[in-house]
Amino acid sequence: MEPSNILFEKRGFGQTSRQDLWWVRPGLIFLALSSFIVYATWAAFQGEHYAYGAYLSPFYSPEIFGSSPHSWFGPKPGWWPLFLPFSPALLILWAPGGMRFTCYYYRGAYYKSFWADPPSCAVSEPRKKYWGENSFPLIMQNIHRYFLYLAILFVFILAYDAWKALWFIDPVSGNETFGLGVGSLVLATNAVLLGGYTFGCHSFRHLVGGFKNQLSKSPIKKTAYNCASCLNRRHMNWAWFSLFWVAFSDFYVRMCSMGIFMDWRIF
Amino acid sequence: MALVTFNIWRGSSEGGEFQRYQTEISEGMVVLDAVHQIQAEHANDLAVRWNCKAGKCGSCSAEVNGHPKLMCMTRMSDIPQDKDVRIEPMKSFPVIKDLVTDVSWNYRVKQRIKKFKPRPPDDEDGTWRMAQDDIDRVQEFRKCIECFLCQDVCHVLREHSLHDKFLGPRHLVYTAALEMHPLDVEDRLEDLKKTENIGFCNITKCCTTVCPENITITDNAIIPLKERVADRFYDPLIRFFRLFKRGRS
Repeated sequence: MEPSNILFEKRGFGQTSRQDLWWVRPGLIFLALSSFIVYATWAAFQGEHYAYGAYLSPFYSPEIFGSSPHSWFGPKPGWWPLFLPFSPALLILWAPGGMRFTCYYYRGAYYKSFWADPPSCAVSEPRKKYWGENSFPLIMQNIHRYFLYLAILFVFILAYDAWKALWFIDPVSGNETFGLGVGSLVLATNAVLLGGYTFGCHSFRHLVGGFKNQLSKSPIKKTAYNCASCLNRRHMNWAWFSLFWVAFSDFYVRMCSMGIFMDWRIF
Repeated sequence: MALVTFNIWRGSSEGGEFQRYQTEISEGMVVLDAVHQIQAEHANDLAVRWNCKAGKCGSCSAEVNGHPKLMCMTRMSDIPQDKDVRIEPMKSFPVIKDLVTDVSWNYRVKQRIKKFKPRPPDDEDGTWRMAQDDIDRVQEFRKCIECFLCQDVCHVLREHSLHDKFLGPRHLVYTAALEMHPLDVEDRLEDLKKTENIGFCNITKCCTTVCPENITITDNAIIPLKERVADRFYDPLIRFFRLFKRGRS
């Protein structure tokens, strides 16, 4: 017979013997993630002020179709349905969004903060039924590794953007010259943080070597696994810093493009 | 010395209630010391399971102010003493008496996990060779003292009582120790998915938080197992490459 605890009957939502401020952490995560979602959605739908000279907002990179000089295949395609709003960000943001949505760290965080499943450790839940990630729809979280493959591609594209952000057009001669602006640093930091987040991903750690029991027989896999494990130990920090910085990078480029910020050229 | 009030759950499988006790707390005392003192001074029949008093036997698991803890490793100086200190038994298991719960379900679950099955010996003398690096990875899981605090805090067991469907973090750690062992050739992935329902874990990391041995349960045991299950059952690309690999060999 399996255990059934008759002494502690199901209690109401949020009931606990904990005396600490258990609701602060999930509350802050709720606020932070909500703020990011609202800002990212707003920024994605703007469709303008996403590029400034050599800088391209990471929300819009890669710019597959678009009106800025960073566009890969020219302006908005003619076949784009008229009833659909167009923004270069809408073509690509689903990929990094999917990576974060299915990320093991974020899953644990938003199950608590948005779905109260549980609201916090050892705190009662609002629902009696529970399926977890054992059946549809949450079984779809297993798609995470496919979003990871795309996210790795994005890291390289954003690193290339950071490189391009070091090359400025001289207004007098029209030649491209090497330089460093605050925006260059912002975009470089963004690429580094996203790299730290992506290459410390649990799925990445598994795919580069974690799946093997005898890693010592594969020195390259072992090195990759150790590096991924090293980043993985601070995966939560990478997740939050990269999330904040990708939004800040968009904000910085947007402000420069709107003429509110002046990008300071260091050299 | 300070006079501290404790609210201790007293009862049996029939029911019970919290009772208040006051006792003097001196420097260096842990919660288990206080419980023993209360037992000596006020409640000789107070049931509490304990053994080593050194955080290694995993016997004195209980909930102190709502946090699953080993009473012997919880210093009184780390607990606010201006309010009642609430001590109750683990909620994921049936109470036997007072702070003692029946954790035998865990032993039954452990028995149904496929045992260690080493590959054939590497040498004629019946021995094997393992790299230290490979065994280091599973060594962390061997630190488990089976206090079952992770099982207690796991909301799948605690809140939803899915004991008949889900094995819980302790047994996922045990499975990981076997499944990732460099000599082991047994296959537990199908069981993990179909009968032990690893998918019920929604990785809230509460188990990692309460582990007194600081085992990184979620990141190093559960998620790697989930990834192995994904390899086998949810990733068509990996399955395709495996077919190709088999075809070549």
